[in-house]
Parts: sequence; C-alpha cells; structure tokens
Amino acid sequence: MPVYDGKELRIIGFLCNWCSYAGADTAGVGRFQQPTDLRIIKVPCSGRIDPLFILKAFQGGADGVLVSGCHPRDCHYAEGNYYARRRLELLKRFLPVTGIDPDRFEYTWVSASEAPRWQHVVQTFTDRIHKLGPSPLLAAPLTDAEMAKLQSQVEAGSGCGCHK
Amino acid sequence: MTGLEELKTKILGALPELDVVIGWEQGYDALNATPLFIRKPEDVERLIIGPLCAHNLATYLPGLKDKKVGIVVKGCDSRAVIELLQEKLINKDNITIFGLKCDGVVNLNKIRKKIGDLGQIRKVVFDSGIITITAGETDHQLKFSEVRMDKCDTCKYPNALLFDHFIGTPDDRQNGIEPEHISDAEFEKMSLEDRFAFWKQEMSRCVRCYACRNACPMCVCRDHCVAVTRDPHWISQENDTADNWMFQMIHVMHLTGRCVECGECERACPMDIPLMLLRRQMNKGVRDVFEYEAGIDPQGKPPLLTFKVEEDNIPEREW
Repeated sequence: MPVYDGKELRIIGFLCNWCSYAGADTAGVGRFQQPTDLRIIKVPCSGRIDPLFILKAFQGGADGVLVSGCHPRDCHYAEGNYYARRRLELLKRFLPVTGIDPDRFEYTWVSASEAPRWQHVVQTFTDRIHKLGPSPLLAAPLTDAEMAKLQSQVEAGSGCGCHK
Repeated sequence: MTGLEELKTKILGALPELDVVIGWEQGYDALNATPLFIRKPEDVERLIIGPLCAHNLATYLPGLKDKKVGIVVKGCDSRAVIELLQEKLINKDNITIFGLKCDGVVNLNKIRKKIGDLGQIRKVVFDSGIITITAGETDHQLKFSEVRMDKCDTCKYPNALLFDHFIGTPDDRQNGIEPEHISDAEFEKMSLEDRFAFWKQEMSRCVRCYACRNACPMCVCRDHCVAVTRDPHWISQENDTADNWMFQMIHVMHLTGRCVECGECERACPMDIPLMLLRRQMNKGVRDVFEYEAGIDPQGKPPLLTFKVEEDNIPEREW
C-alpha cells in the first residue's frame, strides 16, 4: 500500500465489530487502495464508544479520530448506534470550545458490504487531516534550548526550573 | 431572599418527621456562610438566608439517600434536586423541600479582587443594592450587582421550581453584572488556536484537588470516580497540563445534558479556573440539538438516556 506523501499522521479509528470493521475487512480483501495513516481499534458496537475515548486520543496526540458504526436502523444490537449518534453529535459540537478543530473528528456509518464507501471515507478523512496538519499538543515536549537550560541548572546545583 | 421567620416556623413544623434539615448558618466571620445541619429544634435559631448562602446543598442529598431529609433550596439548587430525582439517585418520598426566591448570591472571589484580603470581617450589611463590609475600623462599600456570582446574571429560574413549602411569593429577577471571567460572547470570538492556548494555560494552573467534583451535585460516583480509579486508568496521578485537561473533560462529558449550571464547581475552585464556561458551552449544544434544559421537569428524561430513530436536529452523515 502507498505511504501518504510526506510524513504519516496519527489517525485513530473506532470501528464497530459488526458493520464498519467488517466493511474495512471487505475493502482489504477486495484490495482497495487506502492511505495507511489510520490505526483501527475494534469495539463491539458504536454504542460502546465513550466520547472520552476520542478526547483521550486527542490528549495523547492523535491528529484525527474517526468513528464508524452500523447505519441507523441496522445496529447489530438494535439501538446502540442511536445512543452513539447523540453522544458523538454533542462531542462534535463541543470540540471547538476546547480549541480542537471539529474537522479532526468525524463519525459516519459504513456497513459490512460497503467496501468502496469505506475506501472513500478513509481517503476523504485522511486528506482532510493532512490538510490540517499535526494537531496542537497539550503537553509540548521541551525544546533543545529548554533542555539545555535545564541541564545547566541541574549541573549548577539549583535543581529544576520549577524550584528556583 | 426574605422570609427567614416564615422559613424557621415551617422547618420547626416539619422537623419532628425528619432526621435532618439542611440550611445555612453564619461561618467563621460575617462574610462567610456555611452549611447547617438542623437536627434539634434549638439548631433552627442559627439558620440564616441571604446573599451569602451560595452553597448548593443538593450536593448532600445522594449521600443521605435513606434518611428523611429536609433541604432549603434556591432556584438553581432546586434544579439540581430535580435532576437527581429524574435519574432516581434520590427518593422524593424521603425529601422535604423548602423553596426560596433568590436575588442572587455573592462571589467572594470578586469581593476579594475588589478590596483585597481584609482578614477578619466584623460586619456585613446588604441594603438596597449596596453591600457594606466592615473590617477593623473601616467600611468598604460595593455594589451588590458587581460582586454577584456570574451565574446570577444569566439566571432564568430565581424561584425554586420544585418545593413542598415555598417561602414568600415568587419574584421576577434583575440584570446587569460584570462577569468575573471572560464572557461567552468574548470567548466565542476567539480563534481555535487561541481557545486551545487559553485552556492549556488554565489547565496548567489546575492542582487537581477535585474540589469541583466534590462540590458538584451531579457527581454521584464518589469513590468510584473514573478520574481516580486504577482500573480503568484514565489519567495518571501526575499533575500535568494534559492530565488536568483530561480530568476536566471527564467532568464536562459526565455532565452532558445533566448540568444545571449551579456554579458550585467554579465557586469551589481554589485556582479560580472558569469551569462554568465549559459547562455553559456544552449546555448550549444540548439546547441546540435536543431543545432540552436539565433540572426543569422531574418527569423528563436526560437526552443521552434516550433516543429518537429520526433525530430532529442531527443531520444525516454525508459520507
């Protein structure tokens, strides 16, 4: 499979076992070409997805999060995706409050037989995330200059920067 | 808030049937009120009501679920009681509600910002919109409208919505206050980058004392809170910006469609972090999508505990 032009980004996908995961499998078996940025996590049902999974992914530095489940009326457990739809919609509306671009998160419905649709979803979403670039980090790693300063402080015996 | 004598009489009348009645009493000085647990008739004498009674006493109800409890509530507190009833976390048969009409409560942080830390306060007088604070030999006069809680500015429910006894007669409310923190309108003008930086800055100040959670009437998990369990291990014990952010996100997410905007989280916060901004913005989403407001109708259903096959305000996914 082709690696995306330039650097790969980290996209997390939460897929329900019965429709979307099977759909992604169908796409793979059918050798549909897809970008390789997506890391898939299988869950029993989209109703299993706590909106905190998505926020946790962003906290950990994910550049995008994709959720996919069975189409409404098609849930393996009859109504899991209806609950999921309400939660995910509110999360999507809340994300801009935190300063995370709501375009970095998408939820959608893909059934087990929709391999071309799955390919389209992954392609569109990955393109979108690459346009946005890496996501801002809550805990930015120390720059080289900061690290050097810390090093010199430790060597001078004044301890770390926060205890001066 | 008026009608202290009427309230005392009603509490005395109901007390023989009840294990405890929760109200407010004077705290360690004239500017601080503190919760009062009335068990004996003579305790009633210590009861006060007024602009100092900011505490939402509904926070105590889930812990006293099996006791016969009387509770004094303002409008916003009554919404928390309703929300707890909706979720069957408390039993109406065990609760007697004394409803007040509220004219707003003070924000001690705002007072502190205006006149500094005065040490022991000897006397506080509220008179026609002016609050006079006496410390030592000096009097400080402040406009009450400038030191009220932010939530009182946008309050639509000054009268208790659910009660067994109402004190006095219901009242209309007044407006026009300077918010302590950034207003929603100002916040909404900020770019995504600025908002991200704003929260990063605020969350770096959080000391994860969990005061916001402990004061929250809707946070009923107590010792099982996912923020402190090791299994699942959502956040580490480390006090860093990312984990603090995650903790606040957990609080917001667990209040989605349940938060009654009583403002206790923000009042309890020792670091003065604008937590209510997150709650108000989330509630805006809940109103837009589900046309629902928490804590109004005891028979209502929180929007995330139910669904419609065809949602009215959620568009079909395009791809």
